Amino acid sequence: MFIPHTDAEREAMLASIGVKDIKDLFTDVPVKHRFPKLGLPKGITEMEALAELREFSTANETAADLVSFLGAGAYQHYIPAAVDALINRGEFFSAYTPYQPEISQGTLQAIFEFQTLIANLTGMEVSNASHYDGATAAAEAGLMAYHHFRGKRPKIIISSSVNPEYREVMCSYLCGYENMKLVSVEDKADLKESPDQLSDRLDDQTALVMVQYPDFFGRINDFHKLVRKSHEIGALIAFIVNPTALGILKTPGELGADIVVGEGQPLGIPLSFGGPYLGFLATKKDFVRKISGRLVGETVDGEGRRGYVLTLTAREQHIRREKATSNICSNQGLMALAATIYMSLLGKQGMQQVADLCYQKAHYAAELINRLPGFEVLTDKPFFHEFVVKCPVDVDHINQHLLEDGFLGGLNLAKINPDLANHMLVAVTEVISKEDIEAFAEALKEASHD
Amino acid sequence: MTEPTLYELSSPGRSGVRFPKSDVPKYELPADLVRADLPFPELAEIDVVRHFTHLSAMNYSIDKGFYPLGSCTMKYNPKINEVTARLPGFAFTHPLQPLETIQGNLFLMYQLQEYLKEISGFAAISLQPAAGAQGEFTGVKIINAYHKSRGDLKRTRVLIPDSAHGTNPATCSMVGLEVVHLPSDARGNVDLVALHEICDDTVAGLMLTNPNTLGLFDENVSEVIEIVHAAGGLVYGDGANLNALLGIARPGDLGFDVMHFNLHKTFSTPHGGGGPGSGPVAVTSQLADFLPSPVVGIVEPGTEDLPPLYGFTTPTMSIGRVKTFYGQFGMLVRAYTYIRMNGSDGLRRISEFAVLNANYLLSKVRGKYTLPYNRTCMHEFVVEGVWPEVPDIHALDIAKRLMDYDFHPPTNYFPLIVHEALMIEPTETENKQTLDAFADALLKIAEEAHTDPELLKNAPHNTPVSRLDEVKAAKELVLCCWLPENE
Amino acid sequence: MNTPEGLKYASTDEWLRVEGNVATLGVSDYAQDQLSDVVFFEVTVAVGDEIQKGTIVGTIESVKAAADVTLPVSGKVIEINEELANSPELINSDPFGAAWMIKVELKDASEADSLMDATAYSAFCETRGH
Repeated sequence: MFIPHTDAEREAMLASIGVKDIKDLFTDVPVKHRFPKLGLPKGITEMEALAELREFSTANETAADLVSFLGAGAYQHYIPAAVDALINRGEFFSAYTPYQPEISQGTLQAIFEFQTLIANLTGMEVSNASHYDGATAAAEAGLMAYHHFRGKRPKIIISSSVNPEYREVMCSYLCGYENMKLVSVEDKADLKESPDQLSDRLDDQTALVMVQYPDFFGRINDFHKLVRKSHEIGALIAFIVNPTALGILKTPGELGADIVVGEGQPLGIPLSFGGPYLGFLATKKDFVRKISGRLVGETVDGEGRRGYVLTLTAREQHIRREKATSNICSNQGLMALAATIYMSLLGKQGMQQVADLCYQKAHYAAELINRLPGFEVLTDKPFFHEFVVKCPVDVDHINQHLLEDGFLGGLNLAKINPDLANHMLVAVTEVISKEDIEAFAEALKEASHD
Repeated sequence: MTEPTLYELSSPGRSGVRFPKSDVPKYELPADLVRADLPFPELAEIDVVRHFTHLSAMNYSIDKGFYPLGSCTMKYNPKINEVTARLPGFAFTHPLQPLETIQGNLFLMYQLQEYLKEISGFAAISLQPAAGAQGEFTGVKIINAYHKSRGDLKRTRVLIPDSAHGTNPATCSMVGLEVVHLPSDARGNVDLVALHEICDDTVAGLMLTNPNTLGLFDENVSEVIEIVHAAGGLVYGDGANLNALLGIARPGDLGFDVMHFNLHKTFSTPHGGGGPGSGPVAVTSQLADFLPSPVVGIVEPGTEDLPPLYGFTTPTMSIGRVKTFYGQFGMLVRAYTYIRMNGSDGLRRISEFAVLNANYLLSKVRGKYTLPYNRTCMHEFVVEGVWPEVPDIHALDIAKRLMDYDFHPPTNYFPLIVHEALMIEPTETENKQTLDAFADALLKIAEEAHTDPELLKNAPHNTPVSRLDEVKAAKELVLCCWLPENE
Repeated sequence: MNTPEGLKYASTDEWLRVEGNVATLGVSDYAQDQLSDVVFFEVTVAVGDEIQKGTIVGTIESVKAAADVTLPVSGKVIEINEELANSPELINSDPFGAAWMIKVELKDASEADSLMDATAYSAFCETRGH
């Protein structure tokens, strides 16, 4: 199928090698284990494969069939057609890491532009070429801070209103380091914690404070004081952000963040059941050498023409080996490209418009839901496009009804913290219309009656 | 050929996409929360499309030509993969949907787990790791957690052969384990004498790439694994080179305890200019409880009338989560498509022809290039890119000159144990004519090195840019586009 | 390869100039040649630190390689060449002069005696080839 050899060519090649049969090339493999019978189903044609995969895919009900109010770290946004048309060019997707810059300027310049857009979006000075996803970018920010203080400040404080999966990933990544301590106010993701409580945990052992903005529950906390206190005590502060929100929201850079990370999925990447997504990491110039992962820099060629190369590679695993600060090799190249194209298509106006639409529609939805008997929207703080609703009955029960009415309800927060029983996290983006919102509110009301 | 940046192309007032006006009442973000200016470019759709089309033309890719990058398995990426991964039923599923709405995805993942277990000979698997490096990290964490769970706290050392990828040692440091380097013997195998001496009750495990980065199948692999097991250590298999072993040998049968797959190498998912990868991790039954969570399983058995309900399970002693959600799902769809089309026989043919192609190419350049280990190779081989009579010519010059012949260069300067290494992996998807043309180019370059060395030193000559000043890039560190308003 | 007399050399390619109980540390011409164009240098200790023999005190990066700088004796850091971080290329152009890295007050002057002299170090480099 994907092997082009004719029988005659195979024979000629074997003759050139000097063996009779392909089997003769495998004599180094222990006889006992050589050529095992694999019990996989027989191969099928492309036509049959497409039919089978189509069958699997139609066994799902998706955000394309349903009206979705589900977010919690992955968001349905409109993706302009040009994004997929461009990333589907073989020149991009069938290329490897741009190790040979002379024949990889396309990938390199696109990453350079990605770095610029992310730096500008977050209000920071530099960005790297991307990470696996938002959670691993957050973990890499932890590693950065740990190495910045050369392990002498072993404490990392994580806000309890950070996406709980991010916290889990940070634990997996950071617990291997000597003395490293991850500290939180609450064990589970929770609404109770205030930035002041985080301030109270700060001490001279603290390398990093990590907060989310807007937080996992969609709330926009005031971190001015926390930033100031962190810096007073010599610690760094990192913000986990939603890139869509930054179309209108004051940047972490303006607020004094040292590191900004986030999930780039909202920037033109399909939901795709959780991956591949896109982690981004931006920081101040002073910390550029502590960034893990790839960086692209501008330079010139022998004739003085502008060009781009992977730079500061001496920090990375293939050179530093066990002394590298991270083992990361790849970035999410194609996803970073998708985000770059998305951000260039939307531009200054489009980014602001999408953020505005999300903000307004979410607030309209919150207002309608808050009027429903038995429902209460928790809005003690400003929020962006996600908000918590206290429901009169169990959220799974409501969601079951909503599904029958053609809606994907919001996340049942009891799943992440039993104290949040009957609490639903509702997300609204620009793809949701006024009618959808009104119908959703109506369906919520009915679902709570049964 | 230089392409202006997005910012240089920008013209204030343009926009590449319009959105419907808000249909809900106006709500304003409080003024003190509003950002200052958003310094983004302003472009029309056609500006964006032309810009990225121009950029794409400056890339070398598999679709364009031969890409024999050793250890990277740059095989052809079937177009059908791109179609199946984009089916709306996959592309539009939210990861947190109710189980009954995502049975198609879960069934696909469950089947892929079964297939990968069958291909590798392991008992359990997690599809979560995002890339090979993360798979390695997961695998070594599992080894560490296994020893700790038994109260065996003194196992803090991991043995790594000198031919290994740099990720192996970097991974151990992240897990908090100490690296001990293991020499190779004269035939490119793990040095058994050295291994015997090093192995004691402080050894957590050995990380072994087999075939190794020299493209050689370790002739003593069974002994190597026995020695480590006898000392109480576990053996990690770096699956980077699995393209040589499909239907040829199963790492689980050989005695490995853990391994990661690189779906983007072996199972044809595209490399995407540096990612996304996908690095599932498979383990023996004794390590199954340590896999990262969640794992896809059957949560309600089926009946005569109803299929089983697929869902997520958390292994009892899980090392935790290494990424949000369940893995690079889009890559899993592609790998599934590829495995399904190939079946058992097709998979074996892949490795057979990958090894045939490598040995054929080797037979064509033997004699003109020095072979550090003159053995039958597996899916790749390493030559020395240097001749004593022209000492100024290095592997790098050969690599750069190959671009003028329209080929992507092999991996160079790796593995570290070969002087001026050129590491060549043709993969099974290349035909004889391509291999012949590449061999001819290598032979021609060997001749040029002796007759006209300047031609190599100044290469490449026919690329969009010539050799770039990496010292300037590292010193000046310009990492962002020049913004017009900064002038 | 330049290997000045009168200095002490470590097998990890640092040189040491001992004057009384003060030693100045740098890396050798051989080391800078192996690294090629140096683009970054950083001292990872501070004035006043008491350093054990064998401790890493700095990091050098070139475009293609990275190396740690190890202090081959024990002592207290009394001065750091702050200029060098701004002009790391001095490590290539003047490894034994302007590219000195730190000065330490020796804890035990006899520790330096066990290091190689210029002749021994030259021979040592020769065995490693280029």
